[in-house]
Amino acid sequence: MARGWFLPLAVTLGLAFLYAPILSLVVFSFNESRLVTVWGGFSTRWYGELLEDAQILGSAWISLKVAFFSACLATIIGTLGAFVLVRFHRFWGRMLLVAMLTAPLVMPEVITGLSLLLMFVASETFLNSHPLTSGLFPGRGVVTIVIAHTTFCAAFVAVIAQSRLRDMDQSLEEAARDLGAGPVRVFFDITLPVIAPALVSGWLLAFTLSLDDLVIASFVSGPGASTLPMVIFSKVRLGVSPDVNALATIMIAIVAVAVIAAGLLMRRSARQRTS
Amino acid sequence: MSDSALAADTKPWRSAAARPFISIRNITKRFDDVTAVDDVSLDIYQGELFCLLGGSGCGKSTLLRMMAGFETPTAGQILIDGQDMAGVPADKRPTNMMFQSYALFPHMSVEKNVAYGLLREGKSRAEAYGRVAEMLKLVKLEAQARRKPHQLSGGQRQRVALARALVKQPKLLLLDEPLGALDKKLREETQFELIRIQETLGVTFIVVTHDQDEAMTLATRIGVMNEGVIRQIGEPREIYESPNSRYVADFIGSVNLFEGQVADTAAPIAVETGDLGVMQAQGSDGSVTAGQTVWLALRPERIALSRAEPAAKPGLNVLPGVVEDVAYMGHMSHFRVRLANGRMLRVTMSNRLHDEDPITWDEAVFASWAASAMRVLVE
Repeated sequence: MARGWFLPLAVTLGLAFLYAPILSLVVFSFNESRLVTVWGGFSTRWYGELLEDAQILGSAWISLKVAFFSACLATIIGTLGAFVLVRFHRFWGRMLLVAMLTAPLVMPEVITGLSLLLMFVASETFLNSHPLTSGLFPGRGVVTIVIAHTTFCAAFVAVIAQSRLRDMDQSLEEAARDLGAGPVRVFFDITLPVIAPALVSGWLLAFTLSLDDLVIASFVSGPGASTLPMVIFSKVRLGVSPDVNALATIMIAIVAVAVIAAGLLMRRSARQRTS
Repeated sequence: MSDSALAADTKPWRSAAARPFISIRNITKRFDDVTAVDDVSLDIYQGELFCLLGGSGCGKSTLLRMMAGFETPTAGQILIDGQDMAGVPADKRPTNMMFQSYALFPHMSVEKNVAYGLLREGKSRAEAYGRVAEMLKLVKLEAQARRKPHQLSGGQRQRVALARALVKQPKLLLLDEPLGALDKKLREETQFELIRIQETLGVTFIVVTHDQDEAMTLATRIGVMNEGVIRQIGEPREIYESPNSRYVADFIGSVNLFEGQVADTAAPIAVETGDLGVMQAQGSDGSVTAGQTVWLALRPERIALSRAEPAAKPGLNVLPGVVEDVAYMGHMSHFRVRLANGRMLRVTMSNRLHDEDPITWDEAVFASWAASAMRVLVE
């Protein structure tokens, strides 16, 4: 049988193709040697150095803040958008909303970043042109990155929430109405708890996407607000140093935990639905 | 108690003076260009268990959903206990509904599911959970109060759904295919359970179903629906024995239909059926005119088969035939008898004697039935 050796080989090669680079990065993060490509024995020295690097720690903190707030905002906006699209079948501008909500999924990041930058610059000029609103613009930095990340993360959350809302038995909401709950009450008592696992995994996905993003953040960020990927990228341009490996390993760990958690939540809720 | 007093008490629809509890007046519902419910009028009385019976897409569920407030009628009026329901949202109506999918809230325990409606009404937790306990006792689910819906069997879920819909003591309970998701044996047990609960609480029930056995077992009255129109309203016996049209006769149970022209309007009515000769049938006075085209409906179990020709009697129809098919069902046998003109007659006979010599394939037999067993249908 061809199955005897072909399938295991294909799986091994496939996994190696996907994970060998990551694995080598993880291994070399424990390298004693200062030279990235030469193995000098096991050490956690670069992790220690990393913890003393104020620039990296500061940018990591900014990244976490940005990821947290944009994931929260994206979850709220994405859920509302999904709810409107799934529950209201006909309203003015529906097609436009569908297009706008999913556009960030297919739009090249460079374009998203550039258009957001142009918008921020334009709104800054506009706000400052009037004495009443002058000075209201927060300046490019954490706030603008959060807004930018929210726009593209909301699209991902909306896609996840939409599929869960479509699967949800709509008579659950009708039953709650029938038992005397008003529409808002029904949303918070019934709809939200039922789709909650999807929203949690949507939040985790948004968090990871925001943590990962380099391109959009570079466009809309201002001086003094560099996210972790921006710092790593600028460090690498001056030559790869082993502490970047250590940093990357930590990021991989965080992202992996978040993605696995999101996947498990999705699976659990899928099982509950079918049982 | 006199017969008429009894009738007024338990069968209010028979009395012209009785006030209907629910009045549906000329209700129409159109979805785009599809008319789901077409000018339906219906009166339902307090304490009734009314069944809306019809195939899928006949508009019965839409009618139910309009009563619950989930659909807005295109035209017409719904009155519940004298109150016009137009503009009253679902959460403000004195009705509760039991959904076909049960629609139990998956994230709440049985107890919380049942308490939900009471808490929305503003009842205190103590009062609400007291009532919940009573209700769970009525549906025999006290032991499962803290389980989640996905930990229950189908029959238990059905009872939670029923308890949740009944706990608010609605004036009217709407049930959408309440037994549709249960297997056959459980369904039969649950039918009687449903009747028991309905009689205990005295709530008016409207049940939507596609299952005629279920409708016959449950209902005080049945409304047969087809293509958005109610074809006949009546007690189960009335619907079965005196259908008003070929559609209803054919939909409820099985039936033999003969087409013919009225030859004599004096009872029993004589109908010329062409190559099967003149048949005699019961019909009300003045309902037909001579020469009119009518259809004769004959239930299979009203026909007797015999090897010897029965003695001619006034009002007895006799036709010779050959047994084409026999299906032995245990308690009864179904026969298909080929008549002289080649058409098949469906006959059902109960197997009352165990040592008789049964009629079997290819035997020449005589099918006979009384004129009173046959109904004259004009549409």
